[in-house]
Amino acid sequence: MCLGVPGKVTRIDEASIGMPMGTVDFGGVVKEVCMAYVPEAGVGDFVLVHVGFALSRIDEEEAHQVFRTLAEMGELADLGLPRPGSARGREPGTAPERAGRS
Amino acid sequence: MKDKNMDTRRPDSAANHTAVRTAPNAATAAIPASLAGGPVCPAPALEEDAIQMAHGAGGRMMQRLLDSVFLPAFDNPALALQHDGAFLDVESGRLAVSTDSFVISPLFFPGGDIGSLAVHGTVNDLAMCGARPLALTAGYILEEGLPVETLRRIVGSMRSAAAHVGVPIVTGDTKVVDRGKGDGVFINTTGIGVVRAGIRVSPDAARPGDRILLSGTIADHGVAILSVRRGIEFGTTVESDSAPLADLVAGLLDAVGADVRVLRDPTRGGVASVLCEIAASSKAGLRIEESRIPVREEVRGACEILGLDPLYVANEGKCLVIVAPESADAALEAFRRHPLGAAAAIVGEVVADHPGKVVQRSRIGGARIVERLSGEPLPRIC
Amino acid sequence: MKFVDEYRSEEHARAFLEAIQRTITRPWTLMEICGGQTHTLLKFGIDELLPREITLVHGPGCPVCVTPIELIDQAVEIARRPEVLFTSFGDMLRVPGTRSSLLGAKAAGADVRMVYSPLDAVSLARQHKDREVVFFAVGFETTAPANAMAIYEAARLGLRNFSVLSAHVLVPPAMEAILGSPDNIVQGFLAAGHVCTVMGYREYEPIAEKYRIPIVVTGFEPLDLLHGIWMTIAALEEGRWGVENQYTRSVVRDGNLRAAAILEEVFEVCDRQWRGVGSIPLSGYRLARAYERFDAAARFAVATETAPEPSDCIAGLILQGRKKPNECREFGAGCTPEHPIGAPMVSTEGACSAYYLYGRR
Repeated sequence: MCLGVPGKVTRIDEASIGMPMGTVDFGGVVKEVCMAYVPEAGVGDFVLVHVGFALSRIDEEEAHQVFRTLAEMGELADLGLPRPGSARGREPGTAPERAGRS
Repeated sequence: MKDKNMDTRRPDSAANHTAVRTAPNAATAAIPASLAGGPVCPAPALEEDAIQMAHGAGGRMMQRLLDSVFLPAFDNPALALQHDGAFLDVESGRLAVSTDSFVISPLFFPGGDIGSLAVHGTVNDLAMCGARPLALTAGYILEEGLPVETLRRIVGSMRSAAAHVGVPIVTGDTKVVDRGKGDGVFINTTGIGVVRAGIRVSPDAARPGDRILLSGTIADHGVAILSVRRGIEFGTTVESDSAPLADLVAGLLDAVGADVRVLRDPTRGGVASVLCEIAASSKAGLRIEESRIPVREEVRGACEILGLDPLYVANEGKCLVIVAPESADAALEAFRRHPLGAAAAIVGEVVADHPGKVVQRSRIGGARIVERLSGEPLPRIC
Repeated sequence: MKFVDEYRSEEHARAFLEAIQRTITRPWTLMEICGGQTHTLLKFGIDELLPREITLVHGPGCPVCVTPIELIDQAVEIARRPEVLFTSFGDMLRVPGTRSSLLGAKAAGADVRMVYSPLDAVSLARQHKDREVVFFAVGFETTAPANAMAIYEAARLGLRNFSVLSAHVLVPPAMEAILGSPDNIVQGFLAAGHVCTVMGYREYEPIAEKYRIPIVVTGFEPLDLLHGIWMTIAALEEGRWGVENQYTRSVVRDGNLRAAAILEEVFEVCDRQWRGVGSIPLSGYRLARAYERFDAAARFAVATETAPEPSDCIAGLILQGRKKPNECREFGAGCTPEHPIGAPMVSTEGACSAYYLYGRR
């Protein structure tokens, strides 16, 4: 539900069973992975792999979001300001702006 | 020429035949002193290319198997006597004895095979007793149909491993079971060693303040085995760390001998199991730091994709030591001086809190208790 | 390891913990859906680092735990057939059925093999034309696309000796069942990041709206969970509800459309029994009509006699987050991983086993 591990695509080819397969490197350990669900991933990209299938391409830009949030929090805490989100005066029930990639 | 000589001593003469029947544990043909201990070259060939039931029956075929495969490989005076048992001359002192059986599958894996494993495993158990290995025995249970060539490879590997440590294999046994009743070959090795004077190591000797050291990276062996296991194989350069630790431990004992409390090699069940045993036995609390435990990057990758915790994965060439705090640095130095201990680290300490329990402080600062494993860890989906 | 190690930084973890501490003013009860998330929380000791005001309850996101015992019994019966080569993910092998587990059947001589990927089962079917290869297709939406592709491939290859025993379960109906219960105590959800990688999070929006509850799609690394918890607490403190996405490096609102297409093709939604919980409508997948021939239950038509769950097992309450494992009378006493009474103690993803393994007595 589940064990998804990010790995780096090192090779892509059409396997004999007619499905796009790739070689994915997990910290030096390599496995053959089915790439059918992430055709946009190329060699050098990172993909999330679950039971031998790539399910998404890791967005490197978005990957920094966690750290950007912390940095913002840190700056605001230093300035004595409340954290982002509370300052926008959103009505209860409205969906927050930053829900996913635009 | 040897063939001809051995011929006259084949156990098909009445006297020898009887001897074979009453002493099934060893080939019983006596060899004249002139041949004892001499190198045998070349080894007599076998007609069969696969093991048959008769090879374990104590008769002519078994003798040929011994002459062709085992005796030439393990050649030494005690073994050459081919008596029911071997005679060892020991200087006075305390003896240690250890036994282990090896049933690993596949028989050959990256970094080793069942043969080298069988030698290293028992040599290491003796080392964990603070003992210098003196002699090994080797008992084989062969499955009918095992290719003789496979057996030669395994025996050759045992020969190299034993020669490297300088330990003779002085007596042994061979049985054959029906096809389907064994996994190719099972090996048992028993080792006798002499305990170094002044050394008293015991799992119940850990005391608050003592430091916990590991001699190197963990989980290499287990990962190497899994990488070739049908159904979950993966590509990796990770090899089994199977290695003899006698030398490494000798160096440690030379440096800090009297201050060593506990010596264990974390094999099946991994570091976690050994720590739990020590905590229970010593009735002490053990604390380890996740970030200090040496793990190879590739081994981490493999454990991540299989959902395994390296703490529970087997090692075959590592040593866990608990030493008095004032000797921890010297112990670390002693390990690092040796090629097998290059990645050694101090990973934790013994505490007065939570007696009997092992606690790991995680990479991010939280703590968890390290429990005994129940059953074999299976790769998971979740 | 990239995209793993950065999310296990102690310095950043502490920063999140401080932020949560600054934000929180009163008690809140949160549920993380997925067993993998429970695992991370306990393994890294996050549950003990969080402020006392936060109560974490653990959701039913353990496919091994919720697979009905009848299905285990069916699997064991099918595996016993001499012509069958039974394949499964590792963690299903140990779950006890009424009489035996798959591992028990293997010990008794059945050909039961562990596979890493469902495609390995398809390969086996191609290699062993004389055997009937059966795959135990278990999992939530994360695993469903992989299982679907295996079936799709088997169809494309015209394989006649391949079939699946299907035990798929879906998250949103389970969340509704929990939230809709009069005894519900959950005030905020950490949704499962990998399920949402596949499905997106559109289907959670009406749930968040209906129950006025924050749902934060969260990843699996320590920093992901701390970030997700912080976002949830912030929403609760401000009286906000709705769906937010913490796991933006892998999840988009629409999910993986290619996966959705294959799921649509191979499966259709159906009612499902959840072990320990009961029947939840429209909470599972079965094979679509065009792929019915791959259904192992129909192909082998095995009859099983299933025993009712032992009464001392409170798995149902645990899976719904109403009780914690260490509140069960049998926990650690009559029920341990060596002799489990219920499923959540067998799977390391189960809350009971996770509590036992990481020593939360």
